[in-house]
Amino acid sequence: MKPTDIKDPEYFHKVVDCQYACPAHTPVPEYIRLIAEGKYTEAYMINWDSNVFPGILGRTCDRPCEPACRRGRVEEEPVAICRLKRVAADNKDDVKHLMPKGPFKQNGKKIALIGAGPASLTVARDLAPLGYEIHLYDEQKAGGGFMRSQIPSFRLPETVLDEEVNYILDLGIHSHFNHYVESLKEVLAKDYDAVFVGTGAPRGRDLPDTPGRQEAAANIHIGINWLGSVAFEHTKKIGKNVIVLGGGNTAMDCCRTARRLGGENVKVVVRSPFTEMKASPWEKEDAQHEDIPIIDNHVPKSFVVENGKLKGMTFEKVKAEYDESGKRKLVPVGGDDVFFEADDVLVAIGQENSFPWIERDCGIEFDKWEMPIVNETTFVSTNPKVFFGGDSAWGPKNVITAVAHGHQAAVSIDLLCKGEDLNKRLDPMVNLISQKMGIHEWGYDSAVVNDERYVVPQADKKVTLNNRKKEVELGFDPLTGFKEAERCLNCDVQTVFTENKCIECDACMDICPTACITFTENAENETDLRAMLKMPANNKTQDIYVSDVLATKRVMVKDEDLCLHCGLCAERCPTAAWDMQKFFYNVTKADNSCYHHQK
Amino acid sequence: MTYIRPKFRHPQLPKNNLGYTLAYYEGALSTLCAGCGHDSISAGVVQACYDLNIEPHKLAKLSGIGCSSKTPAYFLSNSHGFNSVHGRMPSVATGANLANRDLIYFGVSGDGDTASIGMGQFVHAVRRNLNMVYIVMNNGCYGLTKGQDSATADYGSKNKSGNVNLFESIDLASLAIELGATFVAQSFSGDKAQMVPLMKAAISHPGFAFINIISPCVTFNNNMGSTKSYDFVREHVEATSTIDFVPTMKEISVDYKEGTVKQVKMHDGSVISLQKLSDAWDPLDRQSAMNAIINAKAKQEILTGLLYLNPDSQDLHSLLQTSDKPLNEMGEKELCPGNDALTEINAGLR
Repeated sequence: MKPTDIKDPEYFHKVVDCQYACPAHTPVPEYIRLIAEGKYTEAYMINWDSNVFPGILGRTCDRPCEPACRRGRVEEEPVAICRLKRVAADNKDDVKHLMPKGPFKQNGKKIALIGAGPASLTVARDLAPLGYEIHLYDEQKAGGGFMRSQIPSFRLPETVLDEEVNYILDLGIHSHFNHYVESLKEVLAKDYDAVFVGTGAPRGRDLPDTPGRQEAAANIHIGINWLGSVAFEHTKKIGKNVIVLGGGNTAMDCCRTARRLGGENVKVVVRSPFTEMKASPWEKEDAQHEDIPIIDNHVPKSFVVENGKLKGMTFEKVKAEYDESGKRKLVPVGGDDVFFEADDVLVAIGQENSFPWIERDCGIEFDKWEMPIVNETTFVSTNPKVFFGGDSAWGPKNVITAVAHGHQAAVSIDLLCKGEDLNKRLDPMVNLISQKMGIHEWGYDSAVVNDERYVVPQADKKVTLNNRKKEVELGFDPLTGFKEAERCLNCDVQTVFTENKCIECDACMDICPTACITFTENAENETDLRAMLKMPANNKTQDIYVSDVLATKRVMVKDEDLCLHCGLCAERCPTAAWDMQKFFYNVTKADNSCYHHQK
Repeated sequence: MTYIRPKFRHPQLPKNNLGYTLAYYEGALSTLCAGCGHDSISAGVVQACYDLNIEPHKLAKLSGIGCSSKTPAYFLSNSHGFNSVHGRMPSVATGANLANRDLIYFGVSGDGDTASIGMGQFVHAVRRNLNMVYIVMNNGCYGLTKGQDSATADYGSKNKSGNVNLFESIDLASLAIELGATFVAQSFSGDKAQMVPLMKAAISHPGFAFINIISPCVTFNNNMGSTKSYDFVREHVEATSTIDFVPTMKEISVDYKEGTVKQVKMHDGSVISLQKLSDAWDPLDRQSAMNAIINAKAKQEILTGLLYLNPDSQDLHSLLQTSDKPLNEMGEKELCPGNDALTEINAGLR
C-alpha cells in the first residue's frame, strides 16, 4: 500500500470521529478540554463559532457525534458530548463582548432570508458582520422557527432560545416577524442581491383516508401544528385519554406535552417495532419515564366516532418481516383489531416540505416530488439568486444540519455578491501542533479514565408534569461535567509518525494497550494489509495509517479504530518518531472575522 | 502525565486454550528507558507464554540485579517470582527447582549479572543441565550505572563517550556450548518473529535452555561504533535458520522446501522445525555449532537462531534420579523417614 497522506486535512479529520460526524464539524474535543479546565466561556465561543446555538443544541441536538464517539467502541457508552455543551452554555460568563459588534461597515448588498429558523439565522450571523443588510421574514412573532414552535419548553426553556436568537438579531438584522411571505416573486422584485429560503418542512402528514377522520376532526390534531399552538399559548388543554400516532421525536414531544396539558392516559402507538422507531433512544426513555406507554407494531385502522364525538381508535396488529435485501414489510398477525380509548389524537407521523408561496415560473425548478433542485455544495437553486437550506432543501433533518447548511449558503451568497465562482470554496483552516512538554508530560491530559457515562439529573416528575415550562433536565453540575469531560479520549491529539526517525525498536507496538500498531511487510492492497496486523483491522469504517518504507523494508501500520490517544507510543519512542500533535480543523465560513480561534 | 497504562484493551483480543487473553500475561508498566530492547523481550515472553497456554501460577520468574533483572516486573504479573542478589539467580533457581520440579523456571539475567559478577554461578548451572530457561538480555554495557563497558562488549567497540574497548569479550553462547548446555540460541530484541519461537522451544526443552538476546541499550550503547546498537545489529545479523515451534498435538502445517528443513522432536512431543539457511552447519552437532559461531565472529557477523540442541538432554533431576514427586509436596514423614531409615542407609555404606 502507498503511504497515507497525512497532509490531506480529511485524514486526521476522520480520526476525530465526533467532529467528523457532526454536520457542522464542531471541534468537539477542543471544547471538551476547555470544559474540563473550567473555561466555559472559551468552550462556548468555540461552539458558537461552529454551531451558532450551543445552549439550544446542548439540550436538543440529535447528537450524530455520540454514536460516532470512539469511547463507544472501547467501552459501552460514548461521552455525553451534547450535555457537556450545555455545561459550557450554562456556566459561561458574559460572551457578548467576544462576538462581533455592530454597527458594521455596510457593503451595500441586501439579502432576504425567508423563515427565521436555524438555517436562516446562521446565514444572518455569518453575513451581517461582513456588512450585508439582512432582512429576515417569519410568520411567527419571534425568531427561532421550529426551535420555538416545536421544541417544548420543558426541553428548551424560552430564555435559552431567546438569548441565542437575540445574539444574532442584535447584529443589526432587520427582522420582519408576523409577516408571512406569500410570494417569492414579490420578494425577488424587491432588489435583493440574494434570497435564502429556510422555511423548513412545515406540513405535518395526516391520515386523510382513515375512516372517521372527517367526523372526528375536532379532536384530531396534526402534531407539529398542535405543538406550535401550545408554544404560542393558543392551546392550553387536552383530553384525559390521548393517543399519539408516530414514532419520531415529534411524537415524543407531543406525548410529553399532552401529559402536561391534562392528558392522564397518554399512549404512543407506532407501526414499527420499538427498536426501529425514528425517535432518539433518550427521548423514548424520557417519554416512558413520564408514564407514557409506547405500543409498537400497531397500524391505525380507523377513528371510532360515537354521536359525532371521537371515542378512540382501532389498530391492526402487525409484525415486521424482512426480505433478502433487508427491506421491511409489516405483515398482519391476525386476530381481532385492538381498540384504544381516546378523547384526542395527535398525528405525528412525519412532516414534509411545502412551497405554496413559490411561483413555479420564477426560475426555480422542482423535481417530481415537488422539491426544489438544489446544488449540494453551494445550496443554490436553479435561480442563481435563490438559495435553500435546512429542512427546506432536502426535507426534515435537524437543527445542526440546518446550521451546517446555513454556513455553506452564506459562503455562496458572499461569493455571489463578490461576483466570484460559487464552486471556488476555501479549504478548512487546519493546524497541527506538538503537545510534547517532557518525557511524561503532554499539553493535554493523556491519562485515560475508566469512568462510565454519567447520567444527567432530572427535576422531580411531580413538578415537571404540572408545569409545561419547567425544564426536565437539570444539566450536569460543574464537577460532574468535569468528570464526564475527562472521559473524552482527545481524538484530535493525533499520533503523527516520522519514518526517518524510527529505529524500529518495537517499543510503541509493545506498549500500545489496544494493539493498534504493527510493523510488518507491506501488502499489495488494503484488505490484505488489514488482515496482517497484530489485531486484524476489521472495522472498515476506520482508516489505517500506513508509513513509508522503513530501513528493514517494513512499514508501520496503525489501525485508527481503537487508538486511545493515550500517547504511550510517543512516550515510549526513544527518537520522537511518534509525536502527539493537536489537530485543529475549522470549517471555512463566510464570516472569518466572526470568531478567531486563538491557539 | 502518563505513568499509567490505560485499562482498556482491544475488545476482540483472542483467548488461548485456557481462556486467557494476552493481557492476562502482562506485567506492570515498564520504567526502563523508552526504546529499551529489554521491553521488546518482555513482550516476547508475554507472547510465548500466551501461545503455550501456560498457567501463570505454574511458572516462576527468577532474576538477579540490573536493568534486565528488573524486567520480570513487566511481564507475567500472575506468576511467581524471585529477585535475587546480584549474580546469584542460578543458586536460587537450583534450590527452587530441586524443591519443586513441577514449575517452569524462567531466569532473566543481563550481561553484568551473568558474565561478570554471576559468572561463577552461571557456569555451574549450565554444566548441571538445570531444567530452566536462562535468558541474557545482552546490551554490552552497564546501563544501570551509566553505560560502562561490560564483559560482553566486543573488542574494539566504541562506547558513548568515545572510548574503545581494549578487552576481549566473553562469548556466552560458545561458553554455554563448551560447558555442555543442551539448548543454546541467540537472538535480537528487534526480531520477535525469531525470538518468540525460540522462547517457546526453550520453555519446552527439558534441561538448561540458554538464549543470548542482543538487546540494545538506547541510552548508553546505541551510538556509532557500538557493536550492540540497533543499526549495527541489523546490518550484521546473520540468521542460522528460520525457526518454527510446533507445540504438542498440533499438526505441522508449514511447507518447507525439501532438504532444507530439520525437524527435531522434543521430549514432550512438540516439534521444532528449522529451516536452515546455511548448509555448513548442523544444529545437533556441537562441533559444527562451535565452528559456525567462530566463523561468524571472524566475519563480524552476529549469528542468531537456534545454534545447538541436544534432543537427548537429561536434566539435573534425571541425572540425580530424584523422586518424580516434587519435594515440596511430600510430608514430613517422607522427607524425614526417621532413625531406622538412616541406620539402614548407613549400614548399606559400611
